[in-house]
Amino acid sequence: MLLITQTALELGFMYALVAMALFLSYRILDIADLTTDGCFVLGAAVSVTLAAAGHPLLAIPGAMAAGAGAGFVTAFLQTRLGVPSILAGIITNTGLYTVNLMAMGWRANKSLLGVPTVFTLMRDTGLGGAWYELALAAAVTLAAAVLLYLFLGTRLGLSIRATGDNRDMVRASSVNPTFTITVGLCIANALTALSGAIVGQYQKTVDINSGTGIVVIGLACLIIGETVLGRRTVLKGVIAVIVGSVIYRFIYAIVFYTKVVPVDCLKLLTAVIVALAIAAPSIRSWAAFQQRRMSAGRRE
Amino acid sequence: MLDVNHISKTFNPGTVNEKTAIRDLSLHLETGDFVTVIGSNGAGKSTLFNAIGGSFTVDRGSIVLDGMDITYVPEHRRSKYLGRMFQDPLRGTAPSMTIEENLALAYLRASSHTSPFSRITRAERAEFRERLAQLGLGLEDRMKHPVGLLSGGQRQALTLLMATLVTPKLLMLDEHTAALDPATAEKVLELTRRITEENRITCLMVTHNIQSALSLGNRTIMMSGGGIVLELRGAERADMTLERLMALFREKAGKTLDNDRMLL
Repeated sequence: MLLITQTALELGFMYALVAMALFLSYRILDIADLTTDGCFVLGAAVSVTLAAAGHPLLAIPGAMAAGAGAGFVTAFLQTRLGVPSILAGIITNTGLYTVNLMAMGWRANKSLLGVPTVFTLMRDTGLGGAWYELALAAAVTLAAAVLLYLFLGTRLGLSIRATGDNRDMVRASSVNPTFTITVGLCIANALTALSGAIVGQYQKTVDINSGTGIVVIGLACLIIGETVLGRRTVLKGVIAVIVGSVIYRFIYAIVFYTKVVPVDCLKLLTAVIVALAIAAPSIRSWAAFQQRRMSAGRRE
Repeated sequence: MLDVNHISKTFNPGTVNEKTAIRDLSLHLETGDFVTVIGSNGAGKSTLFNAIGGSFTVDRGSIVLDGMDITYVPEHRRSKYLGRMFQDPLRGTAPSMTIEENLALAYLRASSHTSPFSRITRAERAEFRERLAQLGLGLEDRMKHPVGLLSGGQRQALTLLMATLVTPKLLMLDEHTAALDPATAEKVLELTRRITEENRITCLMVTHNIQSALSLGNRTIMMSGGGIVLELRGAERADMTLERLMALFREKAGKTLDNDRMLL
């Protein structure tokens, strides 16, 4: 049981970075960024390849830079070339499949055997004791959360938020939406790649398909967190993604060990939950309308 | 302060929808001038504003602001020097951001803070509070509330404060009270008068209300068919009445001021 808790917390913190990225792109910029799946694998592939070459620390910023690059391509397609934003993400995502294979040396998977990773380096320092993996995962995610929160209060951060909130307004303010969208998507995808980089070194392996459905899982975490904490402020939003991600991994662990539903069904379950949660406002107003109509009918 | 030299703008040239919105228009504003702009629909008032604001570039002519040629400067870069307000209260503020964050955005974009990573200091926050208190709407106690919760009038007052928080070289008001109820409109106009006078802000204001066009500011221009047909200032303006202005417009523009709202 302790092991389950530990694993759920570790994975919860590591995957929270994807939810954080979606918080920035989907919630703040109001862009459904489908680069996420490929970008996660890109981060893992760059991280594992660099760690295998003996640079586990350099692997982390390397992966983030690669992720930011992917985000830049998506942003460039939609801001400069007029590609619809969802399609821009899908195009980048498709292209990334090949880039990811290339990053792994043209193989579909790559493993780390007997080389140091950020986790073994952490163990060697003795920090965190037996919970060193959790300590590192939590430290990275919390640091990213604090930096993101602080960043969103700066001039650039506020401009990015205004871009997603009222695009009419930013055109008349001295904000260049092309620039803010580009910066926002670069940061979001750097966070996604950071998640992939940490997960890759944690699991000591990367697979070309390990990113499938990550974007939907990230949205599920975002929605779970917001349901628990509310979504009024940026601070709450940043905390909510971590809480949501941990809760999701606990649900996953429970399903995995109790087998209440087959683990293979989890993606379908996640997809249904996300679809319902995003559809909730429409469903609610439809229900309210039906109710009004019924009660009006009874009065006649 | 502002020199608009012989500008022209034609939309959709070469198509059946071709429309010349501005024809060889020139306008000169001194520092501290408050010019009200009137004219019927389609006279080119908003086109003039959008040309100065940079929503599009003009076909001919040049626009010089405080000695700087801005004819080809992109919109977001001009906005550093321009304060703009529109009729729709929803256009000027970001609804899910708080009052304080909206003010911070307005302040940081135009002030001397040049780093994209600069933040609002405690002293600046206290100043926001003071400026909000001057609006007399009680907004200073709601600085952490999202702007989406405010009424149209409150949002317009906040937008006015944002546009003038850092004194712009030119303030452009495009019927900024037209969507408000009469009492609120009066209040926002009074704020406009006070803020522009206190800070000696050069201002261009489009209005459909002839009474406020004549009572606010020091000059009035009348537009028709994409040009300026009449300019009033000094004693002539002070003595002007609604009836005489209507008659003058008929004479100058060769048609009547066809907007019922202008009679209000």
